[in-house]
Amino acid sequence: MNEALGYWDAVPANLQDLVILVLQILGVTVAVILSVAFMTLAERKVIGWIQVRHGPNQIRIFGLPFLKGVAQPFADVIKLLLKEIVVPANADRFLFLVAPLIALVPALATWAVVPFSPDFVLADIDAGLLYVLALTSLGVYGIILAGWAANSKYALLGAMRSAAQIVAYEIAMGFALVGVLMAAGSLNLTEIVKSQSGGVLEWHWLWLFPLMVIYFISGIAETNRAPFDVAEGESEIVAGFHVEYSGATFATLFALPEYANMILVATLSAVFFLGGWLSPFEGIAPGTLLAEPSFVWLFLKIVFFLFLFLWFRATFPRYRYDQIMRLGWKVFIPLTLVWIFVLAAFVHFEIGPWAA
Amino acid sequence: MLAEYLPILIFLGVGTGLGLVLIALGFLLGPRRPDAEKLSPYECGFEAFEDSRMKFDVRYYLVAILFILFDLEIAFLFPWAVSLDEIGTFGLVSMLVFLAILVVGFIYEWKKGALEWD
Repeated sequence: MNEALGYWDAVPANLQDLVILVLQILGVTVAVILSVAFMTLAERKVIGWIQVRHGPNQIRIFGLPFLKGVAQPFADVIKLLLKEIVVPANADRFLFLVAPLIALVPALATWAVVPFSPDFVLADIDAGLLYVLALTSLGVYGIILAGWAANSKYALLGAMRSAAQIVAYEIAMGFALVGVLMAAGSLNLTEIVKSQSGGVLEWHWLWLFPLMVIYFISGIAETNRAPFDVAEGESEIVAGFHVEYSGATFATLFALPEYANMILVATLSAVFFLGGWLSPFEGIAPGTLLAEPSFVWLFLKIVFFLFLFLWFRATFPRYRYDQIMRLGWKVFIPLTLVWIFVLAAFVHFEIGPWAA
Repeated sequence: MLAEYLPILIFLGVGTGLGLVLIALGFLLGPRRPDAEKLSPYECGFEAFEDSRMKFDVRYYLVAILFILFDLEIAFLFPWAVSLDEIGTFGLVSMLVFLAILVVGFIYEWKKGALEWD
């Protein structure tokens, strides 16, 4: 052991930093992938309970008699990896195999700027929010390319629908984030969290409430989740853009990015509007352990938003496509515009939290 | 300054590597038994009778163009929103004028029916 430490000390300092950094990045990646795995399980369990049935309850860890169904995601992964990868004869082979990568990479790389706790964030960059907006927009390329490369009518239709929908809600989302910037005064995600310190009433949800609702609903639409999942509407276009994908390519194109993006939207909602890693007891019990900012609070807030995702899916019927476009363009964009005017007035006349 | 962006670069590499490993595993572990039916595009049991890269509705282009306009507008708003408390009344009013002009454009396209989808 001591010998190993000796070797470690002999390594140059900047190489040491690099090794630690790579290990941290691998750690975050593994954490995201495990979250995705258990998110799929939680989704099936929660929707099962809402519909008064059990959900997955067969596969256990090493056949132990408790925690029924917990190993289901791992069984799913092994099954997906063992399936045949079918590349359709008319497909553009290169794009067909590159599209899943283009969908996956931004969904993972966005996590680099997420402030997990007061002292852990991989890349504490000043343009954090701009980076988030840029990378989440890149995901749509994966979907478009997948639909185009497969050379199938259903896939193309699904990709077109999905792209138009993502693009429409991107605008409402951007306007909602302008509101966050006006309140926080910084693009750095850690600074945005810090600007909310001082208790529950200082968090952005209170003064930006319409923007929080719009941001979260736009997030649901961006990730193509129910009730906005016309891009994969089973009853109309079988599965949309990923109809020709199977096995490991299906997992990389669809399952991993979609769920990673869901968790990301939940995390960003918590960071922008519910104070990130700040404690809700900060104003009530200052100085005690409960008031300490920590990752636990962020985790609880993420779980809250993720539960909303599942709850919505189990509750609402799917929208029609024209209704989705109407909601995005004619309801959300005017609402966010109005609220930006209101916020500008608040800031200028120093009303509410801006009273200095 | 740029050193803060190094984790992002490495993260992009890790993400790409992970995707490549997953797809390679799929090719290695999965069986390969292609046949003509399996490789034809899925079309509910029918023979595919034309190329599927067909014409699609021009409204998708319209949505894309409107998106570019509005997204640029948001890009202009970002620096303004960050420095709102430093630029005073002049900055506030000039951006409100800019937004008002864009709202006029928004109302125009709304009345023209560019936002209808039926």
